[in-house]
Amino acid sequence: MADFLQLIISGTATGAIYALCALGFTLLWQASGTINFAQGEFVMLPAFMMLFFINTAGLPLWLAFLLTCLVAMLLLGYTFKRVIVDPLIRHGVIPMVIATLGLSIGVKQLTKAGVTAQAMPFNSPFPDGLLALGDFKVSYADIGTLLMAGLIVIGLQLFLNRTVTGRAMQAVAQNTDAAKVLGINVQRMVLYVFLINAVLAVVAALLVTPTYLAKFDMGESIGLKAFYAAIIGGFNQTRGALLGGVLVGVLENLTGAYISPAYKEGVALLLFLVVICSRSTRSCRYSSRTTAST
Amino acid sequence: MTPFLEVRDMKKQCGAVKAVDGVAMSVGPGEIVGVIGPNGSGKTTLGQIKPTAGSVEFCGEDITGMSPLELSRRGVGRTFQTLQVFVKLSVRDNLIAAAQEFKGTMPGRLFAAPDAGLGHHADEMIELFRLKHVAYLPAGSLSYGQQKLIDIAMAFMPAPRLVLLDEPCAGVNPSLVDQLHDLLVELNKTQGGSFVVIEHNMDFIMKLCPHVVCMVEGKVLAEGPPKEVQSNRQVLEAYLGN
Amino acid sequence: MTLLCVYLMAAFGLNLIVGYAGQMSIGQAAFYGIGAYIAGILMVKMGISFWLVLPIAAVACFAIGLALGFPALRVQHHYLAFATLGFNVLVFLVMRNEEQLTGGTFGISNIPRPSLFGWSLDGALPFFYFAFASVIILALVLWWLLRSPWGRAFAALRDNPIRAESTGVNITAYTLLAFAIGAACAGIGGVYLAALVNFIEPGQFHLSVSLMMLLAVIVGGSGRFFGPVLGSVVVILLPEWLRFLQDWYLAIFGFAVIVLMVFLPGGLLSLADRFKARGAAK
Repeated sequence: MADFLQLIISGTATGAIYALCALGFTLLWQASGTINFAQGEFVMLPAFMMLFFINTAGLPLWLAFLLTCLVAMLLLGYTFKRVIVDPLIRHGVIPMVIATLGLSIGVKQLTKAGVTAQAMPFNSPFPDGLLALGDFKVSYADIGTLLMAGLIVIGLQLFLNRTVTGRAMQAVAQNTDAAKVLGINVQRMVLYVFLINAVLAVVAALLVTPTYLAKFDMGESIGLKAFYAAIIGGFNQTRGALLGGVLVGVLENLTGAYISPAYKEGVALLLFLVVICSRSTRSCRYSSRTTAST
Repeated sequence: MTPFLEVRDMKKQCGAVKAVDGVAMSVGPGEIVGVIGPNGSGKTTLGQIKPTAGSVEFCGEDITGMSPLELSRRGVGRTFQTLQVFVKLSVRDNLIAAAQEFKGTMPGRLFAAPDAGLGHHADEMIELFRLKHVAYLPAGSLSYGQQKLIDIAMAFMPAPRLVLLDEPCAGVNPSLVDQLHDLLVELNKTQGGSFVVIEHNMDFIMKLCPHVVCMVEGKVLAEGPPKEVQSNRQVLEAYLGN
Repeated sequence: MTLLCVYLMAAFGLNLIVGYAGQMSIGQAAFYGIGAYIAGILMVKMGISFWLVLPIAAVACFAIGLALGFPALRVQHHYLAFATLGFNVLVFLVMRNEEQLTGGTFGISNIPRPSLFGWSLDGALPFFYFAFASVIILALVLWWLLRSPWGRAFAALRDNPIRAESTGVNITAYTLLAFAIGAACAGIGGVYLAALVNFIEPGQFHLSVSLMMLLAVIVGGSGRFFGPVLGSVVVILLPEWLRFLQDWYLAIFGFAVIVLMVFLPGGLLSLADRFKARGAAK
């Protein structure tokens, strides 16, 4: 029983990281119709940036984190939107998907060729060791991850629901034209979403890299999991993305422990396929309407 | 005798709005019926025949809520309010595409001639619609009016028994409106199908349709020959305001 | 060069799905892999002839394509893309983990090459001619398919599914067929691949291979018959020629794709059209 609980908790911690990426993924989709296939690389890049600030510039972790947030907002938020998304949004979903795929390959290979093909260790922001309550043991890293991810998510929800800017962003996500009529600066709101996505990616990088190690292809599996999580959660619901992320993390852990480590990814994947197949029947009406309007 | 097309007490509720509220009408074989009404009167919603209540019967069969595919199989064709052509296909391919699915079986068409034996028919239709000079250009590269003509020609390619024309004159210049009028009269004569024309261009409807239905706020306000409807005071009020 | 021919078979199939029927598939490598593994298992473990394996793989991929596409295709675009992506990962997992059947990470080796009317195709050059002839035959079959009324129906539902349905095009059936035929092409390609490299392992059919193939088709120009040819050259041959660039090649390629999408969303082959249009405008 204690084993089981431990698996659930550490799964939730991993899941929380997926949820952060999935959240960014869904926010981007809602606000601008971007399906970002480079989401995983958006986590990998900050991991290397932080390493650079820590190892080369000799900065403490917190400063490196803040600096990376700034650089990421500029690079993965602003530049990504201006250079890739803005010119492509008119051409529809497919060119955008292709371009982000290209970005994913480009960034990954650039890191491999220009930085290193090795996996780099990354020190955890949390102390080592286990918190033991009788039989029941939880690592500090898991607790820290859960706390940090939880804070970020609550903060984001508060921002979206309680502030004027946050509500304006939701309005843009729901109906861009109506928002425009109401005098909301749509472009700026979309930009905010891109900036938030970049920060979420940096946080995810901070939390995930100690276990995954910083490697040029670390983004592949994170991106994929975030993708599953977003779809399982309903693709255009922020709460769904959170739930999906945690579900994927927990399922992965349980399958790894009780069924077969080789099929660790399998169960989440199956759930993903089942969701797709069942959703396709339900959303039929919705999608025929959207195609009609385009 | 069961009428050709019979609409009974059709209602459509969109949230709190009653877009169509208890409309009944019937169309006979070969008849041209016009539906007029100001914006938001429920004309187009009526044409979608997906009501929340009531029924639509076509040749004795209940077609309420059928998918476009099932409708087309039963000989109900339609044109669209907004442009709906196959932009990358040539005009001629657009027309063939509109009719080929009615020829033979699906596996049979795989082995059929590339034009599915419809090339000649398509050429005739192109001739009729005066599109010969652009027949081999992609439909998406043509002007709005030309695409509108293609859209209408496509609806008539399989010689349907009933055609629903949704705002055929919207955004079309006056000389083309006249051409459309002549075309529809001609097609009604040669193909013998029934038309339901949804339109808010009064002159066009009055000239084309022997029977006119005027809708306001989801209800039928007046019905009858054009002269009668035109002189109906309520209709005038609805159109001009008081 | 032979690899290019083999790759092209799958890429032609993908172009049918993406370029002509307007669907997104991110799982072409799964079908490529299924074809290759069917070949590996049947030829090595059961000693069945190449000529029998070829239709078996094609039919199997066609059937799997139908089974996968049916639930996903009731909705357009995104869901087929997602479902094929998931399917690809699943196939990869099965290949890696079902060691008894697939040899796991060790793969299957010693896959024999076929012979044609008593001529052995073991040599590199004869096999190249064989693969080259085969890809041309496949291309001709697809060309003929696209010229038939079916091709017109595919294009119709790509351009405007709503209009297509109201003119009697059974969009579900046609989309499903396009997808399954595309999958069958990949299956055929997979059988040739197995015979070409003699050794298959899961890594050859990873999700990234599917993504690369999708890039190849779109970079070349999707919906253009020769688009996949150009795209496959960029993806398969150029890295061979530019070997000195090593990992930099893919990095440059990735960013080049972005630039291409921004300036030429129709792919490289649409350059020709653009020049034509400019000429006409003058």
